[in-house]
Amino acid sequence: MSGASDIDRRTRGFRASFLRVRATFIKEFIQLRRDRVTFATMILIPLMQLILFGTAINANPRHLPTAVLVQDDSSFARSFLAAMRATDYFDISLTASSEAELDHFILSGQALFGVQIPAHFGRDLIRGERPEILVIADATDPTATGGAVAALNGLSQTVFSRELVGPAAALAPKKPPYDLRVHLRYNPAIETRLNIVPGLVGTILTLTMLIFTGLSVTREIERGTMESLLAMPIRPFEIMLGKISPYVVVGGLQMSLILIVARLLFGVPVEGSLALLVALTLLFIVANLSVGYTFSTIATSQLQAMQMSMFFFLPNMLLSGFLFPFRGMPQWAQAVGELLPLTHYLRIVRGIMLKGATFADLQADVLALALFSLAAMTLAVARFRQTLD
Amino acid sequence: MSAQTTSEPEIVIDVNGLTKSFGGPPVVRNLTMHVHKGLIYGFLGPNGSGKTTTLRMLCGLLTPDSGTGTCLGYDIRTQTADIKRHVGYMTQRFSLYNDLSIRENLEFVARIYNLEHPRRATQEAIDRLGLADRADQLAGALSGGWKQRLALGACILPQPELLLLDEPTAGVDPKARRDFWDEIHQLAHEGMTVLVSTHYMDEAERCHEIAYIAYGEILAQGTVAEVIAGAHLSTYTVTGPNLADLDETLKSLDGVDMVAPFGVELHVSGRDAAKLEAAIAPFREKGPQTWTRGEPTLEDVFIDLMSRIKDNSA
Repeated sequence: MSGASDIDRRTRGFRASFLRVRATFIKEFIQLRRDRVTFATMILIPLMQLILFGTAINANPRHLPTAVLVQDDSSFARSFLAAMRATDYFDISLTASSEAELDHFILSGQALFGVQIPAHFGRDLIRGERPEILVIADATDPTATGGAVAALNGLSQTVFSRELVGPAAALAPKKPPYDLRVHLRYNPAIETRLNIVPGLVGTILTLTMLIFTGLSVTREIERGTMESLLAMPIRPFEIMLGKISPYVVVGGLQMSLILIVARLLFGVPVEGSLALLVALTLLFIVANLSVGYTFSTIATSQLQAMQMSMFFFLPNMLLSGFLFPFRGMPQWAQAVGELLPLTHYLRIVRGIMLKGATFADLQADVLALALFSLAAMTLAVARFRQTLD
Repeated sequence: MSAQTTSEPEIVIDVNGLTKSFGGPPVVRNLTMHVHKGLIYGFLGPNGSGKTTTLRMLCGLLTPDSGTGTCLGYDIRTQTADIKRHVGYMTQRFSLYNDLSIRENLEFVARIYNLEHPRRATQEAIDRLGLADRADQLAGALSGGWKQRLALGACILPQPELLLLDEPTAGVDPKARRDFWDEIHQLAHEGMTVLVSTHYMDEAERCHEIAYIAYGEILAQGTVAEVIAGAHLSTYTVTGPNLADLDETLKSLDGVDMVAPFGVELHVSGRDAAKLEAAIAPFREKGPQTWTRGEPTLEDVFIDLMSRIKDNSA
């Protein structure tokens, strides 16, 4: 039969392989387009997360509710409270009449700070007796109080400059014999969203890419279509590339969406090269797709694939430096973090968007991402079951 | 191609001693089968007899535990990639994409097999299958009969040399079944070899050759006539009143191995002709039913084969 040699000729070679990948790509893309819920999820997850994280989260909160117990009516007491208000961290909204009531305000959560200025504070201060002001901070959430406490320490230098003049000038704190200059580079106003929004690009891509590819192979198994697919002359790596590539496009769209919204809504800039950012984000997308695909070949149901994705997503979220400072983690946690793609991507995306970093600055992280992708893809192809055994 | 196919080019499936188990007792046991080119080979057997497992081993989806064989001259263990290029496998359960249209499904298949003109080939297949009106309907929305047509269409689109069809007509109406078999015969006429598994006796009789498999073993194979003759079964057809009572009475007799009602007739069969004659003699004389010597049907033979297996294992 002439058809025999014909099909052997047609199906061999690089071009034939590319055409099969393309066929799978087209098929996956049509299926994706028909799946309205998935499609909506892909657009809504980034938007929702971006708006929530961008507007609701603030690691350096101000205007915190503060209760005061003032037992001294000197101008020192009034100046101190005025200086506290001026820092913007404290919103003096409650006045206690006893220590017990002050404690109650803190315990009940009505106030995060309690300030007690004892009786004869002004008099004792002038006498040089170093009277004490007690500030109670609810430190159950260190992030909430950290910035305010730091601001409080800065007060002592200047708070009584108006009162400590003339004969009392000797009591004024002395200036150190040098000046300390702190440059808060890249984010001078210490705005959390400048840190969070670029990180969100990575987190959202990790989550959506993992889940979508995680489901792709198990879906074929659950729907019974795998049997036909396996009986056709297509090789595992061709199936993988064909299934992954539509999501590279999807990931690219998500990234564009996030960057545009971040720029328009939150004024997050892209200081460095946009082209470099896009290229490295695509690499990161591929890394996550490979992981998701590997899960897909191991899991026997869509539910399992979903669970594996979450299992992988959590450490990414917690150990990558997205939520908590990477350098603040113990050595072992940093070591685990170095193995996660999001860790490297966060350095890349924050580097390019906020710091204007170039490829040369980011080489090590790019290499790590590339190696990670390669390893995951190799594992996925090796794991792919070519038979129904 | 291997030397085997050049010396005996007419054998398309040539497997010896295939055994496969999934952790438990073997599902297919020591299966040997030879199928000649251009034949429609019927694969019969009850549920769970190992038909699907055998088909999957033939097209490279399962690896046999032991045994050897070739399919179209390619080794079923080592050359599965080659087998997949030349074999069309239609699964028992519809396994094309429900969320793709008929056209999209066929185009996908055409592209995976690297057909030169996938769109044109798809359009031709749609016209040939009479699916033109529905070409843009989602496959999931089709009725069972149309799904089956689509699945067959997808299988033959790349013009395979061998078709493996796993219960293709299960749950399909008689008209669609008739059309389906006409199509199969046409394909065989054009030189395609077809291995088809089925439960239906009338379909078995439409095959050139058949094999009967139960409990993972082939119990009989050959042409329908050969299989019937090989069973050495003597059969009488009884007509007349009170057949139900007669059925009960005959079943308990020594020498009567099988009694089966067929509408207004009763088929009474025995493996030993002399013993059967002796057993039924009093009833033939007494009446009031009419006894005529008949030929056993394929179904008689298969049911007898099944009961022999049970007798042996009991």
